[in-house]
Amino acid sequence: MLSSLGSAGGKSAKPSFVSYVTPEEIKSEKEPSRKEKHPDLLPGEVVFCSASTVLKYTQDDLSQRGVFGALLCTNFRVSFVSDEAPTEETGQLFKNKLYGENDIPLSCVDNIYGGYEDKKKLITGGLVKNKYPSKMIIHCKDLRVFQFSLSFSKEEDAKKIFQGIVHHCLEPKSLRCLFAFSYCENTSYPEVQRKKQTVMFDSVEDWIQDMKRTKGNCRVVSENSNFELSPKLPQFFIVPSNVSDEDLTKYQGKGLPMWCWSHHSGCALFKTASIPLVQEDNVPQTYMEKMLTAVAHNHLYSVKTEDLSDTLPAVQDILLSYNKFKQFFLIDNTTEFWMSDMKWFSSLDNCGWLDIIRQCLQKAVEVVECLEKENTNVLIMEEGGSDLCCVVSSLVQLMLDPYYRTLLGFQSLVQKEWVAGGHAFLDRSNHLHLKDKAESQSPVFLLFLECVWQLQQQHGPAFQFSETYLTVLSDSVHVPVFTTFLFNNDSHRDNILRAESPHTQRSPLNCPTVWDWSVQFDCKAQDLFTNPLYSEKPKQDTSVRKSYRPKHLRQLSLPSSAFKTPPKKGFFKDEADNLKKILGVKRLSRWMLSPSSESPQTSSSVREFYEAWQTKPLDYHGLLLPCLDGPSIRVWMQRYLRWIHDVQILGGGPVAMLSKVSEILGEVQELQRQLDRHGCTLTSNHKGARPRAKTASVIAARSSVRLSSSFPFVTSRNWLFKPAIPTSLLQSLMVTGMAGNLADREDDGGGPESLV
Amino acid sequence: MASASIPVYNCSNNPLENSSSQNASRESLKMEPLAVTLLPGEERVIDKDIMYICPFSGPVKGKVFITNYRLYFKSADADPSVTLNVPLGAIGRVEKMGGASSRGENSYGLDITCKDMRNLRFALKQEGHSRRDIFDILFRYAFPLSHGLFLFAYLSQEKYEENGWSVYKPMEEFRRQGLPTDKWRITFINDNYELCDTYPTILVVPFKATEEDLRKVSTFRSRGRIPVLSWIHRENQAVICRCSQPLVGMSGKRNKDDERYLDVIREANGTAKLTIYDARPSVNAVANKATGGGYEGDDTYQNAELVFLDIHNIHVMRESLKKLKDIVYPNVEESHWLSSLESTHWLEHIKLVLSGAIQVADKISGGNSVVVHCSDGWDRTAQLTSLAMLMLDSHYRTLRGFQVLLEKEWISFGHKFASRIGHGDKNHADQDRSPIFVQFIDCVWQMTKQFPTAFEFNERLLMTILDHLFSCRFGTFLYNCESARHTNEVRSKTVSLWSLVNSDSTSYLNPFYTPESSRVLYPVASMRHLELWVTYYIRWNPRIRQQQQSPVEQRYMELLALRDEYLKKLEELQLTDSSPNSSHLSNSSAPNAASPTQHITHLHTPF
Repeated sequence: MLSSLGSAGGKSAKPSFVSYVTPEEIKSEKEPSRKEKHPDLLPGEVVFCSASTVLKYTQDDLSQRGVFGALLCTNFRVSFVSDEAPTEETGQLFKNKLYGENDIPLSCVDNIYGGYEDKKKLITGGLVKNKYPSKMIIHCKDLRVFQFSLSFSKEEDAKKIFQGIVHHCLEPKSLRCLFAFSYCENTSYPEVQRKKQTVMFDSVEDWIQDMKRTKGNCRVVSENSNFELSPKLPQFFIVPSNVSDEDLTKYQGKGLPMWCWSHHSGCALFKTASIPLVQEDNVPQTYMEKMLTAVAHNHLYSVKTEDLSDTLPAVQDILLSYNKFKQFFLIDNTTEFWMSDMKWFSSLDNCGWLDIIRQCLQKAVEVVECLEKENTNVLIMEEGGSDLCCVVSSLVQLMLDPYYRTLLGFQSLVQKEWVAGGHAFLDRSNHLHLKDKAESQSPVFLLFLECVWQLQQQHGPAFQFSETYLTVLSDSVHVPVFTTFLFNNDSHRDNILRAESPHTQRSPLNCPTVWDWSVQFDCKAQDLFTNPLYSEKPKQDTSVRKSYRPKHLRQLSLPSSAFKTPPKKGFFKDEADNLKKILGVKRLSRWMLSPSSESPQTSSSVREFYEAWQTKPLDYHGLLLPCLDGPSIRVWMQRYLRWIHDVQILGGGPVAMLSKVSEILGEVQELQRQLDRHGCTLTSNHKGARPRAKTASVIAARSSVRLSSSFPFVTSRNWLFKPAIPTSLLQSLMVTGMAGNLADREDDGGGPESLV
Repeated sequence: MASASIPVYNCSNNPLENSSSQNASRESLKMEPLAVTLLPGEERVIDKDIMYICPFSGPVKGKVFITNYRLYFKSADADPSVTLNVPLGAIGRVEKMGGASSRGENSYGLDITCKDMRNLRFALKQEGHSRRDIFDILFRYAFPLSHGLFLFAYLSQEKYEENGWSVYKPMEEFRRQGLPTDKWRITFINDNYELCDTYPTILVVPFKATEEDLRKVSTFRSRGRIPVLSWIHRENQAVICRCSQPLVGMSGKRNKDDERYLDVIREANGTAKLTIYDARPSVNAVANKATGGGYEGDDTYQNAELVFLDIHNIHVMRESLKKLKDIVYPNVEESHWLSSLESTHWLEHIKLVLSGAIQVADKISGGNSVVVHCSDGWDRTAQLTSLAMLMLDSHYRTLRGFQVLLEKEWISFGHKFASRIGHGDKNHADQDRSPIFVQFIDCVWQMTKQFPTAFEFNERLLMTILDHLFSCRFGTFLYNCESARHTNEVRSKTVSLWSLVNSDSTSYLNPFYTPESSRVLYPVASMRHLELWVTYYIRWNPRIRQQQQSPVEQRYMELLALRDEYLKKLEELQLTDSSPNSSHLSNSSAPNAASPTQHITHLHTPF
């Protein structure tokens, strides 16, 4: 594809591309104003280097068309500032306040390629000596692709900007160099407001409240609030009530069952980091058995354990699969795109990403079945206990508990399971490009969002948040501003934020979390985070905090499932404690012995469970199970296809329908307000729930812009009205080889009969 | 729920439903009330205790009823109950399974292959030739034409408010397109099907071409299917013409009349170059020379460019759908679903058809006239012209307009429905059979998926069309061409499918429909956006949730109802507020017949 870059050779050659201005014009006229050309810098943002007369290719064709401008590298982003006067910002509703469409936050840079004449070479960091490429291709973690030509800039500028970008994007750096710290020192965010919304699980009250909400009956541990017990343990957590103080610290938290969620029947879900079994020493085994008994004791003396390390792909495999998968969307040019279109389904199949998603969902369904149908406690474990455990436990809670399908509920879930749960966001995203951490990089959180998207796709009306919300959340992981994604665990966060505080003696540095959406989007744009299909449960208090009450939790169960009354605490305790203990251990050993040999059975049992659930009428506020059949697990179109021009459906896509729903919803809400003014009490639940939900349709109407399938990410300014016609159709069919002579045959038996 | 769900044949609104089939219904009432109402003209032939080997929930005991229209099975005691309701027309093949001495449970019975993506197996008692009568009857009634019987469409006594045969009037449709013009005229040269026996009687041809020219051209086009106009662009006067291949042959014959005729088409709107789209892969076009066919050579046809669209023939499509059935019925292929899907090539064929149509539509939008053909011009050609017309002309995206499109491009122009579907014919291995029309409907479905607000009709219409493509209950899809339909008096002796549809049109409407008249609709023909039509191809699988309405649609309807309710309430409130007598709220105010929009304007008046 690079072979066509004829113009990249030298400055003297007549450029073969079409541009709005010639390089000569720029040099003579724009030189004086060059200094002014930089983006509106954020507080704490510093420009490292810049080059002018850089050509940014328009992504979607081979015509070498582009726009000239300046390329800059700051401590936050790589930024391209066009020389053209900014066009009327039509329909730029979904503008990110931190970075624009031509900005790439440094941690969002995935790979940089150098274009040398006709070769494309992956740049791996280090000093690129002498030979800097004439073309720079940047693949972003949010799937954008940028292509810049450096051959029109001054040689030294070009060299500098190229090396600067490579250095700041790919070289190892210290955590303190991340933009968040200089940004936060120069801004302040009212923390109080945020606190009222998302439950952060950074206080003992949050944990107690969540346990109460689910009627759990475990022990809240607050002794680690200053990490006295162990820096590896969360600040606050909940364990089975039978766990003693000395058990807490025995293996630095390893093997300690952490409570996740309680089912209304009394059984609960726990997760733990598994203890590596040392052969000569029997102590961990005894400890583990003790912990299992403690879990079993929670309800009906039953527990099922599941070692996710044995049954789900390892984090490295997840990374490998995703790396293959993402390549299908990092498209350099149209030809490449249509070439890959032919083998799309099998490539998709071979990279295994969808299958990993399916496996995670299936595992979650298995756990749900244990909790919901068998009313047995479940302990999931893996090495570390904060990757796939987080995926599975969050999914289980989404399926079982409608609260987590609200926007604030979902954010609280991420706080509980991922942030407080100690998912190593920093290591997994490897923002710092540390060579020794390269191994631990893995898109585990993205995998979780992918699974959520599948659920949402299948059961749209059950979720208060929209697809756009999930996409934006997946992007935000790579914006190095939010404390949510910058640390490996509670103590890590606490340490760093305290150390970085300008007022060392007092409160730690106050950084925004990703849930402070106003940092990135204005209110209008945030409206797109809500799903117009969602309707709240009728006659349920609209205030989320108040609706915690167990009242609606009772409605979670399947009508068919046998409801077992949780035994009163201590019912068996005196009379049969020993017996039960033996029984418990016996069961455990059976489950523990054959984790893998069981799997074919569980798969069919999961299928039965799903089928039984499916025959019941669907309650969007009750248990939700995903269909795991081949056709049901799909590609997250919005996230992955949004930047690819050739697959934009202009005037189509699901947004065409959803915006009509939003439109009517807006009308209904307006009518409600009018009725309210009349003092009319309404039985309905649409009251003020989703204000100004009609944004999409309003934009469409106001700016007479036709929405496309990649709404709201791509604005439709440059729409060509030419349809995309697949190139290279000829080679696409392998039928001749496959179907033998069929393809050569006549449609209707013999030849045309009118002939002799 | 483990049953295979059945398509709903809604005839309950028909006042005549029981009158004409007294015998059958009375008898069946005596034995056991049939859960399904018989159609007028439908008669019970046999019933029998039988075991249905359900691929999803295992063997189910029950009773099978066979009428002259359908096979109906109801389970005796299974919970949830299992029912099957299969029009006999959907049956492609009936075979005996096992013999009197076969071992194993349920090894003796019938094996039925359906045209609608399912197979049915029934088991009977092994003693006493228990299946002989049912097999014979099924064989006779499922394939009536092979046994000198009438298709059910000729026996049906159904009556509808609407007469579907009046949906398509060629003259009206041409007038709607703005025809005739000074460049295009209407000709009745084919009034007696003499010029071309597979074309309709009314044709639109270049004004400059005389009847004599047409006759000369017809000798050089396969089966006399000369290039005629299908659609004309109102503004730029670019036209879509359709025809069959030229009879070039091995020797590379030329025909001056044909060459001149195509040039006249080009001239009509001053196009510099006429584009000829040959739907076939070029190798096939070349190979056709051997049998006397071929394509328009560059050197012979000046001012014309030839583009091959690489769409494969009916045999390839038939095998492709067969493979698709293998991976979705009865169970969806579990491992490597996507690779299996790809290996059927079904979606790849869809992609090629769609991208061909996009190219045609794009050319027309650009003001260039096109001629489309394949070999005979009744399979791929019909797909391409009708899809391009659907993209170009919003009229065809309405409920009525779509019916016109099918009547025009498919039915009147001689898509060989009888041969492709094999209505009432026992010869299941006939090489003429092919799911070309199913493939076209799939393409339409793909477009409705990509543009959910652009079509007035819904998915249910497409499913209903496909169900009755096979059912033989309506005359609409019977026979190969207009002349055959004329001979067999289809219009006077059978009911049109559009009678059913238009008498209950609200069930087939898409609530999201937003008319946009001037817009060309270009779907994205990329595998990224093409999906398997799960709700059609996998609809017999109970694990695929059959939702009456999509959740989006459901929510939308709820909100619409809520809006109307609020508007009414508000109206009432305003009435009571302005009424001098009552100061309190009342909900007994007179119902107002005003439309919602009027309400809204009313609301803005301050009070």
